[in-house]
Amino acid sequence: MAGKRSVIPFGPQHPVLPEPIHIDLVTEDEKVVEAIPSIGFIHRGLESLVTKKDFNDMVYVAERICGICSYGHGYGYVDALEHIMSIEVPDRVQYIRTLLFELSRLHSHILWLGLMADAFGFESLFMETWRIREKVLDMLENATGGRVIFSILKIGGLRRDVPDEVMKGFIPELDRIAEEIKACEGAFLLDPAVQSRLRGVGYISGKDAERLGCEGPFLRASGVEWDNRTRGYAAYGEVDFEVITSKEGDSYGRCEVRIKEIYQSISIIKQCIEKMPAGNHSVPVKGFPNGEHMTVIEQPRGGACYYVHSSGKKFIERMRVRTPTFANIPALAETLKGCDVADVPILVVTIDPCISCTER
Amino acid sequence: MRISKSPWLLHYDGSSCNGCDIEVLAATTPRFDVERFGIINTGNPRHADIFLCTGGVNSQNQDVVRQIYDQMPDPKVVLACGICACDGGIFKECYNILGGTDTVIPVDVYVPGCAVRPEALIDGVVKALKILDEKADKMKHGGYRSLTSAEYAEKLKEGENA
Ligand code: SF4
Repeated sequence: MAGKRSVIPFGPQHPVLPEPIHIDLVTEDEKVVEAIPSIGFIHRGLESLVTKKDFNDMVYVAERICGICSYGHGYGYVDALEHIMSIEVPDRVQYIRTLLFELSRLHSHILWLGLMADAFGFESLFMETWRIREKVLDMLENATGGRVIFSILKIGGLRRDVPDEVMKGFIPELDRIAEEIKACEGAFLLDPAVQSRLRGVGYISGKDAERLGCEGPFLRASGVEWDNRTRGYAAYGEVDFEVITSKEGDSYGRCEVRIKEIYQSISIIKQCIEKMPAGNHSVPVKGFPNGEHMTVIEQPRGGACYYVHSSGKKFIERMRVRTPTFANIPALAETLKGCDVADVPILVVTIDPCISCTER
Repeated sequence: MRISKSPWLLHYDGSSCNGCDIEVLAATTPRFDVERFGIINTGNPRHADIFLCTGGVNSQNQDVVRQIYDQMPDPKVVLACGICACDGGIFKECYNILGGTDTVIPVDVYVPGCAVRPEALIDGVVKALKILDEKADKMKHGGYRSLTSAEYAEKLKEGENA
């Protein structure tokens, strides 16, 4: 019965998705011919809170744009305000911020590996990666006091200092994590059964990925060198790292990029600890912000922009966030075309969707 | 404590920020490992005993929450995970947030925290187990049945008018 089309709804509540997104899959036999995403299940209207909450308290709201990349959201907001208010934060703060940023990238990427393993049906690998992730969370908890939402950032620095001994203690722990990831790596990249699920699935060329405005590992997996960390915000200008890309352009490539980025994050964290300058953990902040600024940073899922506009009052007038998942959804709809229905969960997971960022 | 059954969980992310969701997932993974008691995170409402709802309710997802709840067989227990699900939390003043989970379905256990810690969550599930047993008992003896979401809405309205 070729040529007969039917629509299969996917989501909002679906076993592979921790978050609600709804996609209408128009299928012909087992092939998807069109995918129509619809969003809005998590829209809270968070940006409007800027007019109700003090600009200092807004940091905590910004962190709750998303619980996985929460640190980055807090950073983007704080950085925009520090630019507006011309606050110079001490070097130590920049280094600690970079360190925490990479730790949260580490936990986010490991989390993604787990979700990916779950999507292609390798449950014990999922459990193993999440076990490793707990170690990263322990470090974050040691440094900040929180497991997923840290609330350590404030305008003008950090709410508390992270002692040098604590950070030194991270180094052996990081080595152990690198070893354990190394042990899992084979399952993701060399196992023939896993490769049969990943290779060639959801291919997108570098040109198309750029044209559709993709971001982050999804874009880099198609061979495009684009990483906002090279702009050198926080202490990224002072540490060594290279933009990681892959030539594959498919789900396998996305796996490869993220695994390599895990090692890269570990190396950046170690460099930060080695170079950690002494100094204060915050500077006093006076007055109200007046002006506007756009901060661009590299979140675990890709580039994110934070725009803040204020006019010298206690409440900010407008905050706008653009998140990487939003940028990746058009490409997701594109890659879904022509894939098998059974591959849909894998493809959705490869963009590392973070719906609560997207909808706020 | 003796566990009389291994309940299956169903998790739905209302309008949470994800912080609570990943903690719910983390509770099933090796560090906390509730799976060793046979507590499984299922994706199917028809198989579930305990409904873990994270995040507040907004106008888009209220029907989804109701539907999931109504599809679950009796006895069932609803757990509001995180302060958002308890009463709206930090997003309470947002224009699209109607309130906590209990604005649309009856909630049995409230687990606070932002984000909710897996330990707290496990404690909540243990409490839920007791309630589950009580409900099962009532069903055996008196033909007990949970309120449907429509009946619950009715009841809320009466409460407002009274
Ligand atoms: S309670 Fe906190 S962590 Fe949980 S969903 Fe709400 S804002 Fe996020």
